[in-house]
Amino acid sequence: MIPEKIIRIGSGAGYSGDRIEPAVDLIKEGNLDYIIFECLAERTIALAQLQKMQDPELGYDPLLEERMKACLTHCVSKKVRLISNMGAANPLAAAKKTATIAQELGLTNLKIAAVFGDDVMSMLDFSTQTFLESSEPLSVLGNKIISANAYMGVEGILIALEAGADIILTGRVADPSLFLAPLIHEFAWSMDDYPLLGKGTVLGHLMECAGQVCGGYFADGVKKQVPNLGNLGYPIAEINNDGLFHITKLKDSGGMVTPATCKEQLLYEVHDPSAYLTPDVVADFSNIILKEIEKDKVEVYGASGKELTGKLKVSVGYHDGYMADAQISYGGSYALERAQLAIEIVKERLRAKNLEVEDILFDLIGTNSLFKEYVSDINPQEVRLRIAAKTKTKEAAVKLVNEVETLYTNGPAAGGGISKLVTEVIAIQSILMDKKKVVPQVEYYET
Amino acid sequence: MVNISVIAFDEKDYPIIQKKVTVEKVKLFLGETIQGEIIRYEVTTLGAINFVMHKALRGGVTRSLRLDKHGKTLSSILLEMPINTND
Repeated sequence: MIPEKIIRIGSGAGYSGDRIEPAVDLIKEGNLDYIIFECLAERTIALAQLQKMQDPELGYDPLLEERMKACLTHCVSKKVRLISNMGAANPLAAAKKTATIAQELGLTNLKIAAVFGDDVMSMLDFSTQTFLESSEPLSVLGNKIISANAYMGVEGILIALEAGADIILTGRVADPSLFLAPLIHEFAWSMDDYPLLGKGTVLGHLMECAGQVCGGYFADGVKKQVPNLGNLGYPIAEINNDGLFHITKLKDSGGMVTPATCKEQLLYEVHDPSAYLTPDVVADFSNIILKEIEKDKVEVYGASGKELTGKLKVSVGYHDGYMADAQISYGGSYALERAQLAIEIVKERLRAKNLEVEDILFDLIGTNSLFKEYVSDINPQEVRLRIAAKTKTKEAAVKLVNEVETLYTNGPAAGGGISKLVTEVIAIQSILMDKKKVVPQVEYYET
Repeated sequence: MVNISVIAFDEKDYPIIQKKVTVEKVKLFLGETIQGEIIRYEVTTLGAINFVMHKALRGGVTRSLRLDKHGKTLSSILLEMPINTND
């Protein structure tokens, strides 16, 4: 009898700044076929685009070099292929840099692919296309638009896998597609077998936040305990040709994989669970069954899928003014009253200054900064006042934070620990684009 | 826009959550924090209800003035919502 083919995929990062050690452990000890690093949040690509404008050799993930130096040697010795969207706004530069690092590490015969084509900036139609969020035409933002990147599906990664690439660095690709592509490649799944693509997409969705499914977003410190969070491991998926899969982790790593941790991750950042839209398929989560088959191993079945929509989501990044954020602390008796007094003082001074702000928020951290309605009757021993405002210009933002700073000697008693921050806002809105218009491109570097 | 899933810790409690945790109740409890529409999806096999809440982040994660721009802490707040299990 021919043994059943099983593919093992590890998740090495759930966001750009994620921990690197658990990924190295997975590559070394996970008996993996693939490791996936998902590192590209909605806004990250617009920031990366700005970097690329300043230096054409930059615009990829800021931790790319550190990750590659830590992982590449182990990937080669354990024969683990690496797929990541760390290419961000510049997959070509990321692949070139990775080739240089591989050479420095003495790794030869490596094929490194850059997958791009997601940059659709030149294809925007300012007069007819409207944003999904605001329903306004793109033209209202005029020359403030920085970037436009389509969420591509599996196609570009598949080309690179078929060409034998060991390392694949993409720009904007939908997170689950990073995981689905190697499954389609290994099992020769048909691109119109939507139930199978749905199962692979669910695998990707469970894995894409790395540590979260292992209990990294679960512990409440009392009722929901997670063992050894300090050494939290990242997840491994093992899947067969029929799309039946397990989520598990390394035995000696911290955290846990249970139906409860999987449920939370399954519904994380989801709208209609019966219609999870990706560039590859409309996945259906609504009949999924999770079963613990041994300690830290959960079987997932019942996922399905329907035909894709034919449209891709495009993230449009644009300059959206500045954000001012200034804070000051009050302690002891009447801490809350002094913080409230400080708010009134600053409001009066801002009115007198005629400072132009688009929006302003007064938070009493420790009392109402996370939720305005939920009022506790606890009299806090310390309160931190936070004043955050949105302004058109940097000058206005600076004036605002400086006005809060003057509370030191022009406000209520014993305010201390002031902090001031002015940041440029790079915002994102979305449009839809025909999938046919977005053509993946692949280039290779070899060592 | 944020989504918050209410998941039964013990599956036997799901029917009461299904019955009691309604859009109206959630909207009333979260009040001004949620400016837009709330849509509710049941996922019976998981013992879960998923709420999608529009206009919850004061402009979305990339431009919100909120200290918690993602709205991650809203899930803990919703857990504080009392439900009457006697009727």
